[in-house]
Order: sequence, then structure tokens, then C-alpha cells
Amino acid sequence: MWLPTIPFFVYTIAFLFVPAGSVMVGAFRGKDGGWTFSNVTTLFHQPYLDAYKTSIEVSGVTALLGGVIGVGIAYAAIRDGTPRWLRSVFTTFSGVAANFGGIPLAFAFIATWGTIGVVTSFMRDHLHYDLTAHGFSLFNKTGVEFVYLYFQIPLMLLVIAPAIDGLRREWREAASNLGANPFQFWRYVGIPVLMPSILGALILLFGNAFAAYATAYSLTSGTLPLVPLLIGAYYTGNVLDNPHLAQAMAFGMFAVLAVMMMVYIPLQRRAARWAK
Amino acid sequence: MKLRRPKITLSATIWLLLGAAYFLLPLVGTFIFSLKSNQTGKCCTIASYTWVVHNGDFWHTLKLSLTLALETIAISLVLFVPTVYWVHLKVPKLRPVIASFALIPFVVPPIVLVVGLLDVFRGTPQWFYGTPQGFLVAAYVILAFPYMFFSLDAGFRAIDVHTLTEASQSLGASWPRTLTRVILPNIRAAALAGSFLALAIVLGEFTIANLSQFNTFPIFLQYTNETQAYPAAAVTLMSFGLTWIAMLSLLYIGRKRGGTPQLTGAR
Amino acid sequence: MPYLELQGLHRHFGTVKALNGIEIALGEGEFLSLLGPSGCGKTTALRLVAGFDRPDAGRIVVDGKDVTRVAPSKRDMGMVFQAYSLFPNMTAAGNVEFGLKIRRRSKEDRRKRVLDLLELVGLGNAASRYPHQLSGGMQQRVALARALAIEPRVLLLDEPLSALDAKVRVQLREEIRRIQLELGITTLYVTHDQEEALAISDHVAVMSAGVIEQMGTPSEMYTAPSTPFVAEFIGTMNRLESTVTDNSSGEVEYSGIRLQLDAARGRTAGERVLVLVRPEMLELEAAADGSAVGPNQLAGEVLTQTFLGPVTRLKVNLGAGAGAGAGLIADMSTARAAALPVGARVVARIPTEGAMLLSLADDGRERPVLDPDNP
Repeated sequence: MWLPTIPFFVYTIAFLFVPAGSVMVGAFRGKDGGWTFSNVTTLFHQPYLDAYKTSIEVSGVTALLGGVIGVGIAYAAIRDGTPRWLRSVFTTFSGVAANFGGIPLAFAFIATWGTIGVVTSFMRDHLHYDLTAHGFSLFNKTGVEFVYLYFQIPLMLLVIAPAIDGLRREWREAASNLGANPFQFWRYVGIPVLMPSILGALILLFGNAFAAYATAYSLTSGTLPLVPLLIGAYYTGNVLDNPHLAQAMAFGMFAVLAVMMMVYIPLQRRAARWAK
Repeated sequence: MKLRRPKITLSATIWLLLGAAYFLLPLVGTFIFSLKSNQTGKCCTIASYTWVVHNGDFWHTLKLSLTLALETIAISLVLFVPTVYWVHLKVPKLRPVIASFALIPFVVPPIVLVVGLLDVFRGTPQWFYGTPQGFLVAAYVILAFPYMFFSLDAGFRAIDVHTLTEASQSLGASWPRTLTRVILPNIRAAALAGSFLALAIVLGEFTIANLSQFNTFPIFLQYTNETQAYPAAAVTLMSFGLTWIAMLSLLYIGRKRGGTPQLTGAR
Repeated sequence: MPYLELQGLHRHFGTVKALNGIEIALGEGEFLSLLGPSGCGKTTALRLVAGFDRPDAGRIVVDGKDVTRVAPSKRDMGMVFQAYSLFPNMTAAGNVEFGLKIRRRSKEDRRKRVLDLLELVGLGNAASRYPHQLSGGMQQRVALARALAIEPRVLLLDEPLSALDAKVRVQLREEIRRIQLELGITTLYVTHDQEEALAISDHVAVMSAGVIEQMGTPSEMYTAPSTPFVAEFIGTMNRLESTVTDNSSGEVEYSGIRLQLDAARGRTAGERVLVLVRPEMLELEAAADGSAVGPNQLAGEVLTQTFLGPVTRLKVNLGAGAGAGAGLIADMSTARAAALPVGARVVARIPTEGAMLLSLADDGRERPVLDPDNP
């Protein structure tokens, strides 16, 4: 019965479970091959601790901002009154933009918002406003967050659009009929009904930004201390004196995502207690 | 009953305009940038595009990435189609197990996966560890796995696997024949959707290629970014174009069979 | 003085005149059904009263005050929607409590009122259930309790039973009427189901193409329809297109057969009229072999028999003389119908006093084709 599924299991074990497991195990090995906690405890010192803080902050900020803006745009695109074609333009574009990350995205922003970017030059030459002089830069934390939103917002839009579609006109009308203003409708009905989907989407966005490597690498040439960039530096920079430290950092990423899931699941359960 | 839809509101217009500006500006910006001259920085010249077309590395890496994509798609289909078919036909209780497997790559980001792969397979034969066709494809099949699985799973759910199989076998068809002649044509849209997602993933994947130091198309793009600002804009636009073609093909298939688009992860 | 007034309401959507001059005056505590086929404007009218939409012309007056421009949230109108209008994230009690919470009533006050209302709609033990745990009928009961909780000045119901099973539908409509009478609440009820409208209303207004065709008590609507549209929309009606031949004795001619009808007296000779007879008014009996057709009788053959419980409905084919496909529908007791099996030769007597007459003169208005299956 199971025989035809064996190639699949062999493949996933060999190329997914064993490598993932080796990262867990390797994180607790020393240079001499013995067991140790020193790699993992090193993560709680600089510069690693800061890298985790920055990674979590960038992921959290872009997940929340992307979430709020994504819901706003999704609602604006879907609500009664917005022409149908606008809606399909936005969802189609989001389908593409959510999948458009990494190196080309970074460069598109450099070409547009960078020091000699098209928008930056235009504002400097024609509006006499120097963005760079006012502290705007693509190459620091805020800049990376600004760029990440390019894939975070469409991802939110794609994930949340079906839920917003599910908000029935009757609910809004019933609420207003019973005396509620629009704010009260959103507070008591709209947001609570969307909450399970919003929470699920936020955790997806967080993981999405947390795992991102190429965009930040290309933007900052690896200078912004994000965990994936630090791990990458160990392999590309030929400074591999302790591969177990890189494995410990990878293990740390896994641990952060696991903690996020543990926070998410009870929240989700609470928010969705009324659902089927 | 038939109610006129109200007019678009001011706040909706503002949201949509700001959104459109944020999303379109980088595309327009890159396009204008690609038309600037390498020497003077002034508009407009197609020199950047000529540079790209005459660049050997561009064609070389693009060809490599397309080869890797085709290889990834082929292995994924051979590996996942029979498995998902069999699970739907004979062992439905295995389906949630495989579905939960398919969620694991979301918790194990590519950067973690590549660290593990490099560690586990160090010292394996050169034809595997030392070539992108071996090592990278092995990793890319794992990256494509969730998208392939969920596409195929939806495809199989939409057809009556049991009846099709029984009908085929009662007419004397063998297992391989049933799979290739009866089942495959019926899940073609799902398999195509999964394949386009895999194509988009492989063409944009940077993390694993960079850490395992293989020169794929995204690596070439990054190298150009660092060295040739204006031609880089042209390559970026072409890369954009490839993603657009893959995703629009996917959406086109999805529209025909009424599915929703899915997401890849070339971050 | 009327409590709820709709004065000259017009509402156009593009070139479609959804409402084309609606006049309604309803006394306090009265129950009016807006009845009509799909697209006749009945729901548009209700939504104007609720405030979800604004009329292009006309006024809505409640208790002497013009509320046409008042926001829906300030109108104090309780509305029950077709289906799925309960807030899914709140329990039955939470839904009923919602309007009271918005009105900042005290906690004890709210709790007591919620329990009373759930009791009133027969759901005292389902207070803590979420909408998805309730059947369709129970959901509509909660929706009714929720609308009543705010002590609305007018209760509005928009086809509240159309998504329910036949049996639940009858049961719930009786309860809606009982509660309405008990609370004495002025009610506007939209439906496409004529049986429903006749069963529970004080007044019925039949609408078509944005205008009210006729308004009256259920029995007036049934026994004295004023237009062919109403005649056909309410109940089942046999229609015989005839010509008045003698206006003093009251005689019309229907496909060569002369019929004596009281209603034809005083009409103009030569006038084209529609003779309307309810199925239960037709007297059907087996035709004696070879016997001549008597006065006011039409000969035919039983085509089908449909068992409706105590009553059986017979379709009678009038044969070639009356034109292809011409037929009559007659209802009779099931016991008597057994004597007239399919294929039996019968004669149907048109009652002299029970038939109605409507002029066929074109009044120049377009009407939609009836489609009673499609709400």
C-alpha cells in the first residue's frame, strides 16, 4: 500500500529532514566534535543578539505595517463602489508583486529611490528637496523595511482578500440598522470576524520577512546585521572557522519561528472560537 | 433587489492611488534608469540593452537557470504526481501527513536549509555536490515541494480519481498507462500551475545559489548591480519580465480552472 | 392619522424605474405585506424605509416626522434580512444584545431584555450558541429578536422566510404574526409568496414594475382583484378571454359558447373582457354520454389529477373547439375527484354569480413576465 510513496519519503527525508536535523544537532556540537551549549549561548552575545533583535524588529514592523496597509488597500479595492476592473488589476498585480522579491526588487528600489535614483534625482533637481540630506536611505533598517513592504503588502492583500470578500453586506446593514456607526461596526463585527484571518496572515508575513535574504543582501551588501545575512557571511566570506556557530544561528531562526507559532496558536484559537 | 452600486469613495481612491504609486514607481523608475547613458547618466539610449544582449555571462547564466528550472520541474512532477495520485487513490489517511510536510519549508527558511544541505552533503561525489544540476536542483525541488503539492492536491481533489482509474483498468490499461494517458491529462492544469510556480522560484532564487557559490542568473544580476549600474536596470527589467510571464501564465491557468494564485519565495 | 407614510417615492437606477410613485399609509400596529414578483421594487421600497438607500423623489414619514434624510442608524427601525445576517462572532444572546449595547443600556437591563426576547421567539435555551450552531429557522428567530430588542418604531422584514424549508416557513410566519400582534408593532413585510402575504397581513400591496397595482385586505385582494395582474398573481385563476354580447342580461361569449354572468350586466356590448373564475368555484361533473351541454357549461376531458391532501386539483382540457391548449383548473374534494379519473369526459359550469370580470383594454403599462419560482 505504501510502496509507491516511498520515493517521496526518501527524497524529503534526505533533502529536508536530514539537513534540518543536522542544523539542530550541529548547533550543539563543538569544533572538537563533542556536545556543547557554547554555540547557542554565544547567540546571546554581540553581535548575534543585535542581529536577532534587528531581524525580529524588521519582520515585526513590516508584518504589521504590511498588514495594516494590505488590509486598507484590499478593502478599498474590494468594497462596494470600487469598479470591478480595478479590483482585478490589484489582485492580479499582487499575485505577481508578492512573488517579486530578491535581487531585482532591491535594484528597482535603488534605481528609483537610491542616491542617484530616478525619484531622488527628480526631487533634488526639480523640487529642490534632497531626500538623502533629510536622512532617507535605502541602506539602513528603515530603508530595508520600506523595500520589504513591496512584497509584504501584496502578500497581505492576497491572503486577506477572500476574508474581506466574506464580510456580508447584511452585517454592515444590520449593524447600522441597530444604531451602530461605521466605527462601532468595525470594532464589534468587522475586525473580530476578520481577526483569525488577519492573525494567520500576520504570522505568514513575519516568517516571510524573517527568512528574506536576497533583498537585504543586495541592498546593504550584507552590512545590515540581519540573521540570514550573518549566516550567509560565514559561507560566502570564507571565514568558516566554526561552522557550528552558523548552524546555531540557523537553529536560532528556527527557534524564533517556533516561538511565534506558539504565541500564534492560542491567539488564533481565541479569535476563532465562534467559527466552525 | 437590483441595487445600483454606490460610487467609489474618497478614502478608497486615496488608498488605491497611494498603493498604485508605491508599486508602480520602482517599475517606472527602473525603466527610465535603464535608458540612461552609462557615460553621461542622461536619457535616452538603448546602450544598456545592447550591453546585456552582447554579454556572454547573461546568456550563460540565464540558460543555466532555465535548465535548472526545467530539471526541477521534471523531478518534481515525477516525484510528486504519482505520490499525490496514490495518496488520493489508496491511502487518503496519508494526505494530512504529506500536507503537514509541505508546511515545513515555511518554518525552515532557505538559509537554514542550505546550511543543513552544505553540512550533510559535504564530501559527496563531485557530480552532485559540485554541480548546480545536482546540488541546487536537489534543494530547489524541496523549495518547490509545497507549491507543487498544494497545486496537485487541489487538482486531484477536483477529479474523480477512483472512477477514472477503474474505468481505465477495466479497459485493460496498465498502471503506467493509466497514469500517463488518463490521469495526467485530467490534472494538466494543476501540474502546469505547479510548474510555473517552480519556474518563478528557480529563476529568482538567490540564497541557496549564493551560499553554495553557483553562478545562476540571480547571481549574475547581483554582480551586474554591483558593477554596472545602468545595464543592471535592463537586466532587472528582464528578470521582472520573466517573473511576470511565469505568474501571469499561472494566473491565466488559475482563472480557467477557477483557482487562486499562490506564492513563491524568492526573497 | 397614519403612523408610517410613503409619499410619492421614486427611485431610478439608470434607466430602470425601480420605484415609480409609491403611496402607502399604514396605521400604528398594522401589518402590511409588499407582494410582487422579482424586480418589482418591493425590496427597494423596504430599503428606502430602512434608510440604506435614498429616494430620488418623495418622502418617508414616521409618526408625523419626515425621516427621508435620516441616517439608518438613527431611524430606530428593526430589520430582519433574508438570511445570514447574524453577526457570526457573537452568540445568539450577543446578537440580540448588540443594539442595546450601542444604546448604552445598563448591564442588568440588557441581560433581562435579551432573555425575555429569546424566550419570546422560543429560543430561551439557545442563548449561548453561535449562529453556525443554529438551524436556518433558529437563526431567523434570533434575527427577529435582535430587531425587536431596540423597540423599533417600525419592524421591517425582507423575505425573512424565503431561505427556509416549507414546514418551518409556515410555522415561523404564524409566530411572526403572533409576536407582531402581541407587541402591536407597525410592520412592513416584503415577500414574493402570495400565500404567505395573505396568511399574515392586515393589508397587502401587490407591486409590479415599480408601482402598486392594488392595495387592500387579504380577502379583498383574493375576491376582488382590480387588475388582471393581481388576479393572476394572487391565488390560481382561470382566465377566459371573452366578448360581452348582451349587457342587459349579462351575457358574454367565450369561443362560441354563451355564458350568463351577473358581473357582465351594465358592461358595453362588444367589449373584450377577461372572465376570472377561482378553481374552487368551478363545478365539475361527469358528462352524461351524448347529452347536450347545459347553460354556462364547458365540455372537456380530465387531463391530470394532482392530489393536494383534502383537495384534488384537476386540469381539464377544453378540446379543439376552445383553441389549442385551452384548459381549466378546478379544485374539488378528493372524495369527489375519485369519480373523475384522468381521461373522463366532464362538463364544467361557470357560476353565474361567482365569476369576476375585468376589462381587457390596454392600460399602456408594461409588466414583467411572472416568475413565481424566482424570488
